[in-house]
Amino acid sequence: MSTLSTNSSKNLDAGQIITDSPSYWSSVRSNLRNDPVTIAFALILLSLLLSAIFADFLAPLDPYKTNMLKRLKPIGTEGFLLGADELGRDMLTRLIYGGRLSLLMGISPVVAALFIGGLLGLTAGFVGGKVNMSIMRVMDVFYAFPSVLLAIAISGALGAGIFNAIISLTIVFIPPIARVTESVTTQIRALDYVEAARASGAKSLTIIRVHIISNVAGPVFVYSTSLISVSIILSSGLSFLGLGTEPPQPEWGLMLNTLRQSIYVNPWVAALPGVMIFLTSLSFNMMSDGIRSAMDIKL
Amino acid sequence: MSETILEVQKLKKYFPIKGGILNQTTAEVQAVDVIDFVVAKGETLGIVGESGCGKSTTARLLMQLIKHDDGEIIFDGYAVGKSSGITTREMRKRMQMVFQDSYSSLNPRLPVESSIAFGPIVHGVKKSAAQKKARDLLIKVGLNPDLFSRRYPHELSGGQRQRVNIARALALEPEVLILDEAVSALDKSVEAQVLNLLMDLKAEFKLTFIFISHDLNVVHYISDRVLVMYLGRVVEIGDVSAVYNYPKHPYTRALISAMPSMDPKKRTEAVPLVGDPPNPISPPSGCRFRTRCPFSEDICAIKEPILIYTDLKKRQSSACHMGDPDSGHSRTNLNGLPE
Repeated sequence: MSTLSTNSSKNLDAGQIITDSPSYWSSVRSNLRNDPVTIAFALILLSLLLSAIFADFLAPLDPYKTNMLKRLKPIGTEGFLLGADELGRDMLTRLIYGGRLSLLMGISPVVAALFIGGLLGLTAGFVGGKVNMSIMRVMDVFYAFPSVLLAIAISGALGAGIFNAIISLTIVFIPPIARVTESVTTQIRALDYVEAARASGAKSLTIIRVHIISNVAGPVFVYSTSLISVSIILSSGLSFLGLGTEPPQPEWGLMLNTLRQSIYVNPWVAALPGVMIFLTSLSFNMMSDGIRSAMDIKL
Repeated sequence: MSETILEVQKLKKYFPIKGGILNQTTAEVQAVDVIDFVVAKGETLGIVGESGCGKSTTARLLMQLIKHDDGEIIFDGYAVGKSSGITTREMRKRMQMVFQDSYSSLNPRLPVESSIAFGPIVHGVKKSAAQKKARDLLIKVGLNPDLFSRRYPHELSGGQRQRVNIARALALEPEVLILDEAVSALDKSVEAQVLNLLMDLKAEFKLTFIFISHDLNVVHYISDRVLVMYLGRVVEIGDVSAVYNYPKHPYTRALISAMPSMDPKKRTEAVPLVGDPPNPISPPSGCRFRTRCPFSEDICAIKEPILIYTDLKKRQSSACHMGDPDSGHSRTNLNGLPE
């Protein structure tokens, strides 16, 4: 060891090798690169996202053009690759366009709730005491209502519309995210390295930035991604009640609800929007799980 | 040896126990109950005592990681946290601490180099300079920075992690280092290496150590003076040789006699301590040790023995009625060190 030390001290004197140590995130990236399952599901998500964005170029037909003669055609009908819905609109086109609203309604409430709920949870967990008490008890009030009922009540009060539906879903997701963040933060705050950071004279914001967030992010992030699928399903429920998207706008949840009556006529076509929701949820869950294990460097 | 760096006056910390419907304080754990001591510049003060006696609470109070209820901490002549004295932040820069659990005291998501550099960066040192300092300190604690600086805590052994913790504590160039059971969790051979490293660092950086441990042999090896705590109070303080060879307080005697020895002639003969320490929520009246003391008399329940030790020149002092001829205890001729 002593020879090693002298060697390296020479190196230091020569002014070499003082480079940035690899950041935490770069090691996460290299972990992810070695995980084919996560990459596969991430690619599925990416293609869903891209097809939604570039729907205008990808979709073969007009999503609003009805054709009474082609009603409920099965999968593989000529000109209708994935069949047609109850008004004879091309399913493939509507599924591609539907991704726009469904992904928007799935992701944006969770992202918004992640910021607000995460901030509330961090504050409650880090400050503790009365602040924790007041924030978390307010969150508990929201827990008293079933999430579907709460979403319906809020968007009913705000009025129909996509934006109001997003707001109501955001409010639904804030309490669970705040609760998860709070519990993880409380655990980490009690650890010696946070004490040591405080003992070195760091201010609370610095401690949160350097020591807390990197350790809280993993579990909270994974939990939040699992909420995206819930959000898609809840938003489809809102649409069904006329509180979210309105027909004839293509949206997976709404499509599932309207095709529901045709399930005995052509079950395969009726199930397609459900397959899309399932695929999106599964991809988000698998990807978040992969990211969690990549972020967990203690493996 | 006589210059004082740290003075603790009447330090007190009670932890409230909340309960009841209104979450009111129902009881208090008397973790540290009015302790006084002084630490001289350049010395090593060992603090010993059994689990739950307030050793670690004392360390955390000194670092101001928890607020004391009462009393004063005077660092280098300045009262900490007082308008006339120095700020807590300033004091923390000059006094650092190494924790017992080497794993939980390092952020698992930071390479050790960043953990060490964190303190200097907080105090305004540039990132590149702080990283160079971290690498230099890794060399000082015997770790090759080319191999270790980018590793994460889980990639190191316990001894290596504790070396990193020591480097981290030294990064702010403190004058006083509190070692709270810093070597207790290490196996014996590594413990010896780290102890020797600490001795070397102490000489190199002219440090003052406050060494908290339950291992009496280790304290004997490293300390100049030793402070014995029992149930939140100081029961005996003095030079290591005096306290170990002529313990005055019955509790210290019990501790010393229970100490394993390599010398077969020094077999344990004194009555070993029986029972558990009393509940610190409702400690015994008078002398707190009286419930387990073989020499307990009526006076011990009535009058509290006072430890007076402010003069560093005095070699030894204990909080026992038997050491005070005027106390009223029938056995005041306990064989302490002749004054």
